[in-house]
Amino acid sequence: MIDAADNVTPVIGLEIHVELATATKMFCRCRNHFGDPPNTNVCPVCIGMPGVLPVMNAKAVELALKVGTALNCTVAEFTKWDRKGYYYPDLPKNYQISQYDLPLSLNGWLEAPLAEGAVKKIRIRRAHLEEDAGKNVHDHPAHTGVDLNRAGVPLLEIVTEPDMNAVEEVMSLARAMHRLVRWLGASEANMQMGQMRFEPNINLHIAHGGAIHKTPIVEVKNLNSFRALERTVEYEIHRQYEAWQADPDGFRLEKMGKQNRGYDDAREQTVFQREKEEAHDYRYFPDPDLVGVVVDRPWRERIRAGIGELPLARRGRYMDGYKLTFKEADALTQDAATGDLLDSAVAAGADAKRCVNLLLGRGAAIANERGCSIAQIGITPAALAELAGMLSGGTINATAAAKVFDTVVLESGSPMVIAREQGLLAVRDGGAIEAWVDTAIAANPQAVADVQAGGKQQKKAFGFLMGQVMQLSRGTAEPGEVQRLLRSKLGIPVTD
Amino acid sequence: MNDLSNLSALELRDAIAGGTVSAVRAVDAYLEAIARREPAVGAYNEVLAERAMEQAAAIDRKRQSGRPIGPLGGLPLAIKDNLCTSYGRTTCASKMLANFQAPYTATAVARLEAAGAIVLGKTNMDEFAMGSSTENSGFRPTANPWDASRVPGGSSGGSAAAVSARLCAAALGSDTGGSIRQPAAFCGVVGMKPTYGRVSRFGLVAYGSSLDQIGPVTQNVADCALLLGAIAGGDPADSTCLDRPVGDYLIELEKPIEHLRVGLPREFFSQALDAEIASSIRLAAEVYQSLGATIVDVSLPHSRIDVDGEGKVSSYAVACYYIVAMAEASSNLARYDGVHYGHRTARDVEDIVDLYCKTREEGFGSEVKRRILLGTYALSSGYYDAYYLKALRVRRLIKNDFDAAFGHCDLLLCPVAPTTAFRLGEKTADPLTMYLEDIYTISVNLAGLPGLSLPAGLSKTGLPIGMQLIGPVFSEDRLLRAGRMYEKASGVSGLRPEMTKK
Amino acid sequence: MSRTIEPDMVRHIAKLSRIELSEEQLATFGRQLADILEYFDKLAELDTTNVEPLAHAVEIHNVLAEDTPRPSLSADAALANAPQRDGDFFMVPKVIGDSL
Repeated sequence: MIDAADNVTPVIGLEIHVELATATKMFCRCRNHFGDPPNTNVCPVCIGMPGVLPVMNAKAVELALKVGTALNCTVAEFTKWDRKGYYYPDLPKNYQISQYDLPLSLNGWLEAPLAEGAVKKIRIRRAHLEEDAGKNVHDHPAHTGVDLNRAGVPLLEIVTEPDMNAVEEVMSLARAMHRLVRWLGASEANMQMGQMRFEPNINLHIAHGGAIHKTPIVEVKNLNSFRALERTVEYEIHRQYEAWQADPDGFRLEKMGKQNRGYDDAREQTVFQREKEEAHDYRYFPDPDLVGVVVDRPWRERIRAGIGELPLARRGRYMDGYKLTFKEADALTQDAATGDLLDSAVAAGADAKRCVNLLLGRGAAIANERGCSIAQIGITPAALAELAGMLSGGTINATAAAKVFDTVVLESGSPMVIAREQGLLAVRDGGAIEAWVDTAIAANPQAVADVQAGGKQQKKAFGFLMGQVMQLSRGTAEPGEVQRLLRSKLGIPVTD
Repeated sequence: MNDLSNLSALELRDAIAGGTVSAVRAVDAYLEAIARREPAVGAYNEVLAERAMEQAAAIDRKRQSGRPIGPLGGLPLAIKDNLCTSYGRTTCASKMLANFQAPYTATAVARLEAAGAIVLGKTNMDEFAMGSSTENSGFRPTANPWDASRVPGGSSGGSAAAVSARLCAAALGSDTGGSIRQPAAFCGVVGMKPTYGRVSRFGLVAYGSSLDQIGPVTQNVADCALLLGAIAGGDPADSTCLDRPVGDYLIELEKPIEHLRVGLPREFFSQALDAEIASSIRLAAEVYQSLGATIVDVSLPHSRIDVDGEGKVSSYAVACYYIVAMAEASSNLARYDGVHYGHRTARDVEDIVDLYCKTREEGFGSEVKRRILLGTYALSSGYYDAYYLKALRVRRLIKNDFDAAFGHCDLLLCPVAPTTAFRLGEKTADPLTMYLEDIYTISVNLAGLPGLSLPAGLSKTGLPIGMQLIGPVFSEDRLLRAGRMYEKASGVSGLRPEMTKK
Repeated sequence: MSRTIEPDMVRHIAKLSRIELSEEQLATFGRQLADILEYFDKLAELDTTNVEPLAHAVEIHNVLAEDTPRPSLSADAALANAPQRDGDFFMVPKVIGDSL
């Protein structure tokens, strides 16, 4: 356990690799698609055959600019490509086309949401484009197989400053980044598919005996899930603290420098990794096969205009404008499309709160069953607005509206038509309701007795009878009218 | 007369188009010439006889049925073995790629074929285009058709020798520091290094990517214009190739340029230059003068050639060029590692690093290794600024010199190489001596300019002497017309070594 | 002023270049490299302060391709030149992990 007397501050930065959601690779027109049979999305360019040349993907540059802009970065007016040299079988040219001294975006920030409403600004050092490497397949004991389907997939590398001081902050930033790139349509960011990978660098600043002791910075590569990231950071904080405690003079940054560690998925801890030889002499130089990119003002402005409202801004607007709770607003801003659906329904004249109740009620339940976002369950803004309008106008009650919602999602169509066809419109006709009330009273003498006896059972029994009437009416009876008639027939006061 | 070696490519093209010679006969004639003279020359790494005959038959059928056969219809051409073809092998004259079969064809070659040309075979070269004599071929050297004891120059020595010995109608080479122009000069043929970005590099196995260009090697200037017109122009597969319209280089070829200002770069006429070559170039200047041109003295200070008291030659441009080319080469050749294609060691290996090291030790010849090592050094941490970055700055100075010179003249006239063809083995012991072969050609690559090498005449010993015309970017038409002016006025054109006359 | 390159330096560069060198080659290349580098040192004579590096002779920019897929090779065509394959994978000695 960390001794409170030692004032320990974890200092954590993140490198985040994001595969961009393009149709084709960064420098050739092979498909950028996960899960295909090995070496089927490959061509002479991404195999690195002799004499072939890279040609950059316009969409990848566009998406990278979008993310850089959304991260409040300065977008470079001129950006170029460099070769980073190292030998590995998943890197067919034995150099990676990347960006060294003139990255696409520099010096931005992203807000990591903390406890309700609070945020911490994490500075972004840079975001640059590069090509992904292939996959080494290790299922044979004696050798490795190389699949180059992933080689050349556009990869955005986002590097934060070491501004995070707690595992919660790391996780919040990671989730905010995940939400942002998906929001922008820049990446699917599916972690099982390796579309978003984390590389935290972690050390501790320990105030001890009037001095700050810094532990060696540990970098952990290729973390493929939020869980792995969380465990890594937690584990490292404790491991480094214990290592420092055991050797407060030796376990120091200035003595040991930076270290790489690997993550052991099964044991959920980091493990010692031997340094790759000459890992640090990448011999970067400008790639002579590619020309630079000039991002002029009209282009920058077009990118900015295409970004629209970002998640935290939208969440604030929902709380202020639609008077939603933090929880509601947060739930509706997990992705861009759900909020867009809500906004469109409101723009069509619907009451925001009623739309939100529908979306977070049956909408969220269906989305949860299907494992998709609320927007993806398949209700149109028009249908949502119509159903909300029916609720506001009293043409349908909440119970029946839920049924209509389900039908709209399954079969689509107009809520009004569906409600009418299924006989789910609110019934206010006293005669019809009276008949259901009489039937319910006749069929449930015990409940009637309990109501009339008063006491502890009265409320429950009354509720039961209400439910019976609603069931007989298939949810269409206007609840106020049912209550009024029940009370008068059972001879209890009309108002509480 | 089955030998068509008295016909230029343009003449043969016209003969085929006119029906006086069939494409099959043309190919057959060159295959026969190859059977007779190739054993003495060794220009080809691979002759694609069967495929060439099939293509020729197809061209003839096309012509007979009245369909167009293209501006190069039926012309049998040779292709340097660093240009990928989806047929045959593309070896770069290296053991590393001895069995490599590319699944694609270089854009320049594809364009020749689309224009009706027939690929006869792939020509020998210095391994990965690194060298100036073709002695660095991983297979065997090529002989100069003018004197079998001499080198054909390099690295496109096979292409130049093949054209010179009339083992093809014309050829393609590649030029990174003079690799088309110098062998053209040594073999008495015409060679052009086009403006960087004029011809697509797609399918050209990279050596120094910011310097490499593909260009024609031909019997005369008109043939050069014919081939260049077919291969030039933008290509979506090469980002560095400019999408700029290509004119018909033949249309105005015969029209002399009026008020031509010919610049003589004074730094190129130092004691490093063979006296006979120096006087040939001065004579050529007089020929231009007699045609109404003005001769202008210009200066290229950063391409200066210094000779010290001990006769040691040095040049900023040579140093700059070799640093840039080797740095790029060290990266370009990293891919030859025995994993995805090419040679892999048969020795036992400890691990992947060992596999790489042994494979590359076996697959590369010593000049290639030397350049990879030097290039790696120039880019490695601690040396990058002093070598690579410094070279890029000097490269700017060299280019600026040309820009300034072209303020005073329309083109430059200068030597191609400091000597005529040297003897096999004469310069192999010391790599630096060989590097100095390029002193007059490399600045052009560094500045991205077009350069035309054409025969100025013959030496007293009967060896070809070349001359070089250099112009501003995209002035290929001007260089070709000026070259043609010289050919007509001097009568030096279509030089043929003795062996082709037997 | 003839310079030399330490054998360790040549060894380091050879390792970076992934080229195995015998002791004899190490010595030969060491000498040749030293000669050539000495030649390269001539550039130090030039004052290049305020001179912009020139990496591309023809300076153009923004050459971008549409994000539209084109046919890839079949796995067999992709692996046709492979020295060693394991099914549809390129085969190499055991390595750890991926590089990225």
